[in-house]
Amino acid sequence: MDSKIERGTDGLAILHLTGRLDLASASNFKGQVTKLLEDGVSVVILYLAEVSFVDSSGLGAIVGGLKAARQRGGDLRLAGAQEQMLSLLELTTLISVLRPYATIEEAAAGH
Amino acid sequence: MPTEAPWQLVGTVGLGLFVLMVVGFSASLWHRHHTLTLGHMEAIPTPPVHRGLLTRLVTSGPPGEWPLPRLWLLRIFILINVAFAFNYIGYRYLFSINWAHWPFALILLAAETYSLLGTVLFSIESWLLRRRDTSPVEPGLTVDVFITRYNEPVELLQETIRAAVNISYPHTTYVLDDGDSLQLKEYAEQGGAIHVTRTADWQGHERYAKAGNVNNALMHSSGEFILILDADQMALPQILDRTLGYFRDPNVAFVQTPQWFYNVREGDPLGSQANLFYGPIQQSKDNWGAAFFCGSNGILRREALLQLGVRQYVKDLRNRMVRAFAASKQLVDAALAALGKQPDPKLAGALAELRIALNQARARLRSGDSLQEITWEIQREVERISGPLVDQDLAGIEAELRELSALSETSYETSSETSYETSSESPTPINLRDQALVRRQLASREWTPLGSLGMIRQLLLSLDLDVWNQAQPIMPMATNSVTEDLATAMRLHALGWKSVFHREILAVGLAPEDLGTLMAQRLRWAQGTIQVLFLQNPLTLRGLGLGQRVAYLSTIWSYFYGFAAVVYLAAPMLYLFLGVTPITDYSGAFFSRFAPYFVVNQVVFALYAWGLPRYRAQQINMALFPIWIDAVVSAVKNIYFHQPLSFVVTPKTRVKSASFRFVTVQVVLIFLLIVAVIYGLLGLALGLRPDGVAVLANVFWATYGLLLLSVVVRALLFVNSADTSVEELNRLGLPTPQGV
Repeated sequence: MDSKIERGTDGLAILHLTGRLDLASASNFKGQVTKLLEDGVSVVILYLAEVSFVDSSGLGAIVGGLKAARQRGGDLRLAGAQEQMLSLLELTTLISVLRPYATIEEAAAGH
Repeated sequence: MPTEAPWQLVGTVGLGLFVLMVVGFSASLWHRHHTLTLGHMEAIPTPPVHRGLLTRLVTSGPPGEWPLPRLWLLRIFILINVAFAFNYIGYRYLFSINWAHWPFALILLAAETYSLLGTVLFSIESWLLRRRDTSPVEPGLTVDVFITRYNEPVELLQETIRAAVNISYPHTTYVLDDGDSLQLKEYAEQGGAIHVTRTADWQGHERYAKAGNVNNALMHSSGEFILILDADQMALPQILDRTLGYFRDPNVAFVQTPQWFYNVREGDPLGSQANLFYGPIQQSKDNWGAAFFCGSNGILRREALLQLGVRQYVKDLRNRMVRAFAASKQLVDAALAALGKQPDPKLAGALAELRIALNQARARLRSGDSLQEITWEIQREVERISGPLVDQDLAGIEAELRELSALSETSYETSSETSYETSSESPTPINLRDQALVRRQLASREWTPLGSLGMIRQLLLSLDLDVWNQAQPIMPMATNSVTEDLATAMRLHALGWKSVFHREILAVGLAPEDLGTLMAQRLRWAQGTIQVLFLQNPLTLRGLGLGQRVAYLSTIWSYFYGFAAVVYLAAPMLYLFLGVTPITDYSGAFFSRFAPYFVVNQVVFALYAWGLPRYRAQQINMALFPIWIDAVVSAVKNIYFHQPLSFVVTPKTRVKSASFRFVTVQVVLIFLLIVAVIYGLLGLALGLRPDGVAVLANVFWATYGLLLLSVVVRALLFVNSADTSVEELNRLGLPTPQGV
């Protein structure tokens, strides 16, 4: 998994992920989210269009990130998720907690 | 009268035989006990262990084959058995209820109906009995081996760790140490294993025993597959090579292998060796797609577990939100009502706005909007509406909230606490677990409208998409039952995952060594199983197939046996002492239906076990009836009245050897049954009672009960010395734990 961080205004940051978000990369991902939150970012947007594969460990890490963000009064949002991830979100019913926004703009607006 | 003479004779002979039997049994017990006590001085030769069986199981590949002729023989007898069973119960229902003694007549009929349904479930389940073939393993899989420890002695763990590290397929060994022992940490790290303890996240949260221990480690390890071993289970080196192949099927969630105990001798009165369960029972469950995961000696697919964890997180979150909104709405309504007398336009306006916002949020929740958006918006709304008002009178509100939180802490109950303690400094502000409690709290005192507003605010702001009062959001192992393994397996099956039972001994461990420990263990299993029935009923849980429902139900059904056992034991006593006759007459019509059912039932069981020892298991099942009853009662109390379970971790080392108080009920019953038989036969011998056939029938039944119950006397006098196990371990090439 590769990643690139783009800082926006108003405590917003976009984390562009590439590759696989799975068992192997989950802890690395968790660390990145934690660091962003510690740096004062409140809303983290995960841009997932380049993510080819996500497994349940990846989802677990996302839930962990969401919890951490919410505890600081912030949020963690998904944008651009692909077919495989969408179907895993359906399968695990996580889709009823985390809304997968189509674009970064929608995610930033939060609706 | 001329007809009395033969009955007097029968009575006399019967009495003689019965007294001989009781005396003989006692003498054999006394002799056995005596020699065992002397054994330490005289070094009597050790009795043989299950050598033949073990050799077969360990050395000659997968056993438990069910060649077609044998399988069909069993099936034919199963059919005959079911036919006889219905023939009997039909007669009982239609022609034999003695309404003169209707209360007990109906109770006995209910017990017999229970047994009949058990027979039916067993018959359906056993129909599909096959063995599995392993497939070869692919290289390159990542595997974690988890050794779970609560407080077992470090010496015992040392050998478990050594055996685990020696497993030949590449893997990482973790010691999940809930005892947090420094000595063990040192040993684990020297031996090449990783020592894992609960993270700081768990402080102040429910620990959930073994399920919590595994859930914690799942977050700190990364293998695709996880082998779980209890603290005493020494794995054989080939355990992973023999089982990982099943995971070539991407839908297989877990593979369970048998538990086998090396400290059990032939004739073990505790019936510890679960040959039948880890044999034909699991094999047939497996073929219905419902092999049970048993907590140890099983390999799980992490992906399956985590999917389960994420789903559970969503479910718990949703429940929590529904409750929080309902409680908030109640508070708003109460506050608005209280406002009537002292109108404050600002406050009234805020409460009305809040009410609208809450209604909107609840509507969105129902329409399926994401929880993320709903909470985000309601939190901002509540800040906007209540912020300015609440800030004015912060001190007053805080005092009120403190009072409430003190209230909720004292009444906070957890489902499975006792030896696993929850810290008392729980940071929970408001208890939403029990809506009735919130209502009581609201009713218990007058709230100022402003206080209510502050409380609603705190309540809604605490909705941080985290599962309330949990150490970690994702809990893959089920935490709702003290038998987390059963609950977890059932959830996996409901999600469509497959499972495998692999009948080959690939790890050996320790069985309970005395009656008290055994009873504690069985009580926990039974309680957990009943909990599972009430919390995720296999009959209604969505996603399970019909065969899977049968497989789960037949196990759960068997745990209600305690009530039937009481009835069966009471029946001969009630008749012999008091003449209570639940059956119209003990005539040929009755016997011609009962006898074939009884006999064929035994035949089926014998065919099913096919050489495996089964009598002990049957005895223990009957003799432990107070445990089964206790389990049902305490599990129901736990679920519906939130009373803690008397939950204990099964000790791996002996606590007490003779424990008379555990079996007082059984011993009293044995005494009463003996007196009843003598009383009945004596009456016959002296020509005092004319009901010869009925007395004999009840004497037979009482004697059968006595034979089954007598196991507790044996078990009570039983002292196990584990010397024999050393030899057995050496033969398997395993080290000997020093703790044994």
